Amino acid sequence: MSAATEIAAMQGGTAAGPAGPRLFAAGAAAGMAAHLAAYGEVPRHGRDWSLAEELEASGLTGRGGAGFGAWRKFAAVDHARRPNRYVPRTGGPVLIANGAEGEPLSFKDASLLHNAPHLVIDGLVAAAAELSAGSVFIYAGAANLAPVAAALAERADARHIALVEAPDTFVAGQASAVVNFLETGRALPRDLAARLAGSGFKGRPTLVHNVETWAHTALVARYGAGWFRTAGTPEDPGTRLVSVTGNVPSEVVLEVPGGAPLDSVLASAGVGSDAVSAVLVGGYHGRWVRPDGVVLSAAAAAGSTPAGGAVRPGAGVLHVLGHGRCGLAATAAMVDYLAGQSARQCGPCMFGLPALADVMGRLAAGTGGPGLVREVERLLALVAGRGACHHPDGTVQLVHSALETFADDVRRHLAGQCQEAAPAGGAVR
Amino acid sequence: MNAGGPAARLHIDWTRCDGRGLCTELLPEALGRDEWGYPVAAPGRVRSGRDATDVPLTGAELAAAMDAENLCPLLALRIIRP
Ligand code: SF4
Ligand code: SF4
Repeated sequence: MSAATEIAAMQGGTAAGPAGPRLFAAGAAAGMAAHLAAYGEVPRHGRDWSLAEELEASGLTGRGGAGFGAWRKFAAVDHARRPNRYVPRTGGPVLIANGAEGEPLSFKDASLLHNAPHLVIDGLVAAAAELSAGSVFIYAGAANLAPVAAALAERADARHIALVEAPDTFVAGQASAVVNFLETGRALPRDLAARLAGSGFKGRPTLVHNVETWAHTALVARYGAGWFRTAGTPEDPGTRLVSVTGNVPSEVVLEVPGGAPLDSVLASAGVGSDAVSAVLVGGYHGRWVRPDGVVLSAAAAAGSTPAGGAVRPGAGVLHVLGHGRCGLAATAAMVDYLAGQSARQCGPCMFGLPALADVMGRLAAGTGGPGLVREVERLLALVAGRGACHHPDGTVQLVHSALETFADDVRRHLAGQCQEAAPAGGAVR
Repeated sequence: MNAGGPAARLHIDWTRCDGRGLCTELLPEALGRDEWGYPVAAPGRVRSGRDATDVPLTGAELAAAMDAENLCPLLALRIIRP
């Protein structure tokens, strides 16, 4: 785990909140004293103030990957918790801060929990008060729970927060897997026909947000939506954490404004654009792009071609592929890993991903025949949309983007001309 | 499928289905089987990602779909009405 945390320059700021780095304004491994010195107390709001409305006005989106408006889940849980003529009361809502970070290329959540645990806790405390929550959990790997436990011991207003140790698997962080783990001890995704907001943990309205989303919520509760929007763009307001990995001088977590140009983010990480062949944006469920002219924006259309200029940052992973490395080999290694991480509950995922990994491996090794690309495309169409969770679709997106971005390499591989065809295993960090 | 959208959808809970294919026999127009035996929406029915798991049905298929819902040994099927 890299403790190095650099902060990219940002525009604006107001008198109320920090004008520079937001999430790490209290410095490294901030205890309660440093936290309060940097951010002050959460102000007492009047009766007409509502966190739900403030979140909606802020435009904060989830920082765990999907990128939906954070207020939507909040409002859905707020709605579901109210007594209703048709549905019996089921107990207070459940709030969960998800820091499981199963994505192997991501370490921004770990960095946040180590350096700013009090912000995450503040976000939960503010929401718990507004939603009259019955139970509050922070879910993360053991190593990242230790600093949270230390932070909880420093304060009296968060005794109701329970820590839950997440298993170290790729799908353990899927929202329904989190709820399943809390109930049954198995971190497997569930069939999502029943929505978590209405009926989640033990049938109670359940709000699962990524830990970074909770930290931003704490800042919105302090400084308001107007301040939040002083960074980023109108379409993608605020800042986000990104984990920069791959062929980089050192792996870092950066805080960058919404709508940030990819090449300037890479420059802040010490990566010159002439050293970069392609960047995997969003991690193993993300997409490969050539960085020229690309901006990171949660408002980008799903599956938009990077030529359109904007790509979704997903969970904030930027994985750099240097010149001289084979993008197909890197992708094949990732698909192989993802196939192994299928929770093996759903047939098309359990059988389809290994089949896909096999074909991608042959494509990368340059040992397949000319029909290989058609076979990849057939398998992509076969697994897409056919699982209880996003795992097959995320894998499909990764492979699609590889075929698109590395189209020239595909042609060379099929012709047996790849100079770089490295053993697939060397591709993952 | 008619312009007003499907009459109903057949939701497949992939965490339960084991692919023995009873439903594909009851709904041969709507469902085929993939190479591992699992039900797969007939080509032409999948226009969005959702259609692969919530398979669009015509009104004429509704009765057979209800049979499938009741007969699936693993309770993996559910009809979703619009
Ligand atoms: S789609 Fe795959 S990873 Fe997701 S629940 Fe089903 S088997 Fe598990
Ligand atoms: S009948 Fe049920 S278990 Fe059998 S293939 Fe159909 S959905 Fe799956």
